[in-house]
Amino acid sequence: MTDSRASIAFVRTEPIPPAPPPMAAGGPIHWMRENLFSSVFNGVLTLAALAAIYWILQASLPWLFNGVWRAESLAECREILQGATGACFAVLTERWNQLLFGFSYPSSEYWRPSLAFLLLFVALAPVLFRTLPRQMLFFTGLYPFIAFWLIWGGSVWVPVMALLGVVIGYMVYARLVADSFAMGAFGGVAAAAVFWWLSGFAVGPLSAILPLALEQIASRQLGGFMLNLILGTVCVSLSLPIGIVLALGRQSSMPIIKIICVVFIEFVRGVPLITLLFVANVVLAYFLPPGTTFDLILRVIIMITMFASAYIAEVVRGGLAALPRGQYEAGDSLGLDYAQSMRLIILPQALKISIPGIVNVAVGLFKDTTLVSIISMFDLVGMIRGPILASTDWNGVYWELLSFAALLFFVVCYGISQYSQWLEEQLQTDRR
Amino acid sequence: MASISDPPAESFRLSMLLNDTRYRSYTFQFIALLLLIAAIAYLGSNLVRNLAELGQDISYQFLGEPAQYDINQRPIAYDSQDTHLRAAFVGILNTLIVAFLACVTATILGVFAGVLRLSNNWLVAKLMAVYVEAFRNVPVLIWILIIFFIMVAALPAPRAFRGEDAEAAMLFGAFAFTNRGVYIPAPVWGDGSGIVVATFLLSIAGVIAYRRYATKLLYDTGRLLPTFWPSLAILFLPAIMMFFLMGRPIGLEYPELRGFNFQGGLQIRGSLIALWFALAIYTGAFIAENVRAGIQAISRGQTEAAASLGLRPNRIMSLVILPQALRVIIPPLISQYLNITKNSSLAIAVGYMDITGTLGGITLNQTGRAIEAILLLMLFYLIISLSISAVMNVYNNAVKLKER
Repeated sequence: MTDSRASIAFVRTEPIPPAPPPMAAGGPIHWMRENLFSSVFNGVLTLAALAAIYWILQASLPWLFNGVWRAESLAECREILQGATGACFAVLTERWNQLLFGFSYPSSEYWRPSLAFLLLFVALAPVLFRTLPRQMLFFTGLYPFIAFWLIWGGSVWVPVMALLGVVIGYMVYARLVADSFAMGAFGGVAAAAVFWWLSGFAVGPLSAILPLALEQIASRQLGGFMLNLILGTVCVSLSLPIGIVLALGRQSSMPIIKIICVVFIEFVRGVPLITLLFVANVVLAYFLPPGTTFDLILRVIIMITMFASAYIAEVVRGGLAALPRGQYEAGDSLGLDYAQSMRLIILPQALKISIPGIVNVAVGLFKDTTLVSIISMFDLVGMIRGPILASTDWNGVYWELLSFAALLFFVVCYGISQYSQWLEEQLQTDRR
Repeated sequence: MASISDPPAESFRLSMLLNDTRYRSYTFQFIALLLLIAAIAYLGSNLVRNLAELGQDISYQFLGEPAQYDINQRPIAYDSQDTHLRAAFVGILNTLIVAFLACVTATILGVFAGVLRLSNNWLVAKLMAVYVEAFRNVPVLIWILIIFFIMVAALPAPRAFRGEDAEAAMLFGAFAFTNRGVYIPAPVWGDGSGIVVATFLLSIAGVIAYRRYATKLLYDTGRLLPTFWPSLAILFLPAIMMFFLMGRPIGLEYPELRGFNFQGGLQIRGSLIALWFALAIYTGAFIAENVRAGIQAISRGQTEAAASLGLRPNRIMSLVILPQALRVIIPPLISQYLNITKNSSLAIAVGYMDITGTLGGITLNQTGRAIEAILLLMLFYLIISLSISAVMNVYNNAVKLKER
């Protein structure tokens, strides 16, 4: 038995290492055969795509790499280029501040919106990434007031009082909510309103005692990409709660509430944003008490928020409708009241389903903030079409400016949509 | 004895209005209604006071007054002495024209891009992904402006076409791309052209009838008639024969350079082209995603089941996959059409005279009738939106999976 091995001339004791696949079944050639030239039609498509890519690159690469980054005007740019193809990116470096901050934001104060922009990431981080410490949400709550003070300036007491009003409203709400949600909500809003009204008298004396103030900036001095970012963030964050309320109202069994919500949503969704901006620009003043004027930017924020909340409402309604009836009944059978079952059972699931839709609305809204340039506000596109292209130095530099604007929007919007895909994966509880 | 008795009749207390679910909804609705009425009354009284202070009123008289402005792109006869109403009507037609053109182009682009994005050709799929992402993530206003500046700044002026060694030349001697717009040949309808058109319309009816007959024959006898080539023949042959029989009544008028500008032919302004292409390419990217989602929503089992029944690939597509995919694709497609119509109001950025440019732009500025003009403008868009959603509801009900 033990010697049987000796009688065999040769036995391999180790397996032969696997041979590499033949050239045609592996490696780049196989990959190309499989993915690029699997049939005649596919081959033609590949060649056409290659031709298209070549054509785009040969048109854009020299333009991109021959770019002139230092010049005072378009004429000087052309002089440097000497007739060669090349972009005149000098307009971006020369007008950099105007593109970002508009043309009348005082240059000594640029640090304020820049700081607000950086803090935005700190404030958003705990909302976007759930693994970060929850204490950071405290800063998120403070952020709107800090950002307002940084961007618009003025006495520090205005945002402080606004913040205190919110805190007091919340405390009243927390006390009354044990009784009933409705009491809590009404009480909280009422307390905050009363506090704000009273604090109107307190701001003056307080500022006299402790004059802590930044230079006041008027809204019409805001501009550039900063304006797009402000409008985008403010309107998205305001329209999310309003949209949820509208969606719940549309699902409601109370006919009057339902009708109000349906009419509002369908009306807003039926008209283009530009008509709503016209309303903000020329019509809204007719509906205010005579003599009152309020900021164009505030009017625009109201209109864009209305617009976005109607769309968000429809998205959330889709999420609510997608939940099986059993979830609603489960909430009822646990003895939860409407507010509790919505907050604890229905909305977390419905909002999870609606994340892609909400992100689509948010991206669309951010893109739509460029429309304010039509009612002569100087956002990024407004700055390009107005002061920069109209100046004698830079008249005719369309490509560089518009590609820059497109690039900025692309980075933000693509970033948001990538984030939402990541979030969807994170929230997927039914992993198989 | 303990017996089941009626619960004690509760007396009504005021706190029940807020705490009792039976009454609470009435309280809320009452408060909501009250708030709504108060808000309307407040806004209305402000409006009345403001109008009184400014010495204005709400009236639509201005619609009947001469507009006194020109519209450069007019599908119907219009001059500056016509009324504001007619100007608005020209604007409506312009809106519908650009919306229609953009819808057709966007659908074609979107279907191609969506199908190609699913292609197993790696390069083409990636290229289409780049197209979709690049266009979906940049505001349409920027695309409109980019294409508009190509049209007005990068194309040669008409005078570049002049002289022996002109810097620019017309494409096929028929199309001229200038910074004042694109000139294309215009059809000239001679005597008897009506008959040719009528023949063509009849041929369309003939094609439909032939296809019906082929389907009926297939169901009744199982015999499969060829459809593609016969349909093509029925569609074009009679019209072409009639065209030559009538002595070629339909001609083309080519644009010609006279003096400093092109005369004759159809002029399509740069603003229209910018709006049309930008809307089409932008919305095409969205439609591509819808198409891709629709096709991916059909499970592979459907394809395999059809294949195991012995259907050929193109029949699998047309008989099994497409009918199911369309059910998923069409509702978002229609809402994209709606978006195109609403986004066409961006025409005002490039000076294309659509309804927003006429009624909401020049008419509003000239007459100062802001409330009336914007109300009419919103009404127009609302009517379009609501009628499109009505069509969509009808369609959805028609294709809905009939369940128990």
